[in-house]
Amino acid sequence: MLKKFTLKKLLALGFASTLTLGMLGSAANAELIDELREPYIQSFKGKKVAFLPIAMGFDLTEGWAEAMKAASEKHGFEFVIRDPNWNTNAGTQALTALIAEKPDIIVAHNPDVQSYARLLKKAEKAGINVIQVNMKSSYSTNVYVGADWVEIGEAGAQEMVKRCGDGSGTSGKVAIIQGPLTGAASVYQVKGVMNILDQHKEIKIVANQAADWDASKAKAVTQTVLQQHPDLCAVFGFWDVMTLGAAAAVKEAGQTGKVSVLTNGGGNQMACDNVKSGAFDKVWSYDVPGQSRDLVSMIKMIFQSNAKPGDMRVALYTPLKVISREAFDPSICWSLKK
Amino acid sequence: MNFNISWFTQERIVFSIALVLFLVFSLSLSGFFSVDNLIVLMRNVSVLGILGIGMAIVVIGRGIDLSMIAVMAVSSAWTLQLMQNGYGLGSALALGLMCALAIGVANGLLIAFVEIPALFATLATGIFLYGLGKSTMLDLDVIYLPENTGWFEEIGKGSIGPFPMPVILFCITMVVAWFVLSRTRFGRFIYGTGDNPLAARITGIPIRIIITGQYAMASFIGFFAGIIIATSVSAVNTRIFHSTMIYDVILVVVLGGIGLSGGKGSVRNVVVGTLLIGILLNGMTIMDIQFTYQNFIKSLILLGAIILDSVLHPRNEETAQQGDI
Repeated sequence: MLKKFTLKKLLALGFASTLTLGMLGSAANAELIDELREPYIQSFKGKKVAFLPIAMGFDLTEGWAEAMKAASEKHGFEFVIRDPNWNTNAGTQALTALIAEKPDIIVAHNPDVQSYARLLKKAEKAGINVIQVNMKSSYSTNVYVGADWVEIGEAGAQEMVKRCGDGSGTSGKVAIIQGPLTGAASVYQVKGVMNILDQHKEIKIVANQAADWDASKAKAVTQTVLQQHPDLCAVFGFWDVMTLGAAAAVKEAGQTGKVSVLTNGGGNQMACDNVKSGAFDKVWSYDVPGQSRDLVSMIKMIFQSNAKPGDMRVALYTPLKVISREAFDPSICWSLKK
Repeated sequence: MNFNISWFTQERIVFSIALVLFLVFSLSLSGFFSVDNLIVLMRNVSVLGILGIGMAIVVIGRGIDLSMIAVMAVSSAWTLQLMQNGYGLGSALALGLMCALAIGVANGLLIAFVEIPALFATLATGIFLYGLGKSTMLDLDVIYLPENTGWFEEIGKGSIGPFPMPVILFCITMVVAWFVLSRTRFGRFIYGTGDNPLAARITGIPIRIIITGQYAMASFIGFFAGIIIATSVSAVNTRIFHSTMIYDVILVVVLGGIGLSGGKGSVRNVVVGTLLIGILLNGMTIMDIQFTYQNFIKSLILLGAIILDSVLHPRNEETAQQGDI
């Protein structure tokens, strides 16, 4: 009897509790709203992002613009590009005009450390958030997204020490090919290189030349250097597109494999192709798709947090990817959709 | 021997400076005076020299072609772009050449028939072609050469014996230009047109056809130089349009002693100007002088050469020509 009662009771209890729990559950379903989602969607409305690259038409800027444009289409904010086409003067004018237009965010890609510094400060005073991308101005704004040039310079120099330093049985002679001397990429990479090479006196820098991001100039410089120093051990070029010229010079001199060609870039397909063909020995990629995601994330963060200029000083240095023949992974590289 | 100051023409002054620099570098820089280095020296200025010859033809005919760099960059980049898009090498080259020639002929028609000053006409067509190229013809600033193009790559990268192809092509361009300018009727007519267009017309020279022809030739040479650059570094960087290269080309021509007033000069002048620039650049790179200082030193030496010329040959009513710039 007792047993029966218990079973009955138990069954009833079980039924009742299932029912209650079920009702509770459905009530929770009705009330649990992702409270971040609506403000997230609303935060993009009526916003405007302006992108001021050094120029459109090359892998880095096209890659960033593609990602920001895709985000603007998805989330419904306005996205404009002002292309000064390598002309610093036109860039300053475009920036001045943008300050008057008052977009919510300016994404600035600095041609050198000085030219935009004052205007970026002015933009912040006018209440515009400024994200600097890959090439920093001497004036720091809320956010920097881009490569850590010092780190890249150090990585390149360490590789030179590894390949050409004590015990390598080489001459220890290296050549460095920079971009324009005043560009952030050159200034900070040289600093990184010197951080390492100052402790390694066995490495001799036989040439330290600026080739202005131009492959033909890089080729001419490398040819002359190779002529003077046929026992050169390595060339370190500060951008893959330019270093292509140095690689061509090494190849023509029949020195492929003997002279290491080291460089860095945005990780475009071209870099993988040239590592595969043996033109480049090692490329440090600052991964444009990764940078693009960082850029869009920072845009989203500023919109949602209503950050004001000066609220933060944040740097998102891009994690580097290494492209080398020993550990060749074609999926590291990317190409534009088109 | 009678020392005559007028022996020192600009060409000879520049040649002397080149010679002095050559001697100084040979004695002071180890590794400068070697056959291999001299070949590298020539190789590095061969494209400049080829463009200089194209410019010289136009300048002798009393014109100037500021669109040359745009033609060089855009037509050769377009050729590579077409190859990437799946065109065969032959048809891509033919289309690229046609693009270059179209601009050359357009320059000629604007200058000879519409009678727009060459300075403005070629400035405009150059900007036009660059804009058209960037907006519709080309995907990116830098166009890469597709892989495995066989003999085509040899144009910039190959060599015959110890001589790199660009140096050989520079020599061929010199010989052909010399032949055209001094041994053909067309060439002599260019001198006639440049020296005095009105007199040339009265004597029955078809100056409008000659002018159109000389711009077409300059564009052809521009395309040729572009292909050498493209195959040499496996890419064309159209940004070169924004560089000071066009001034370097004019400099090589004027420095060698070809007056902008037309009718004078020959291929030899271009060679002398190119040599001086080549020796300077090579020596300074060996010394590891920074690029920015290189420009500074280069401009000082060039200015010096021109000042010396105007001191030795002051302009007067006799030597000045109508149309001097």
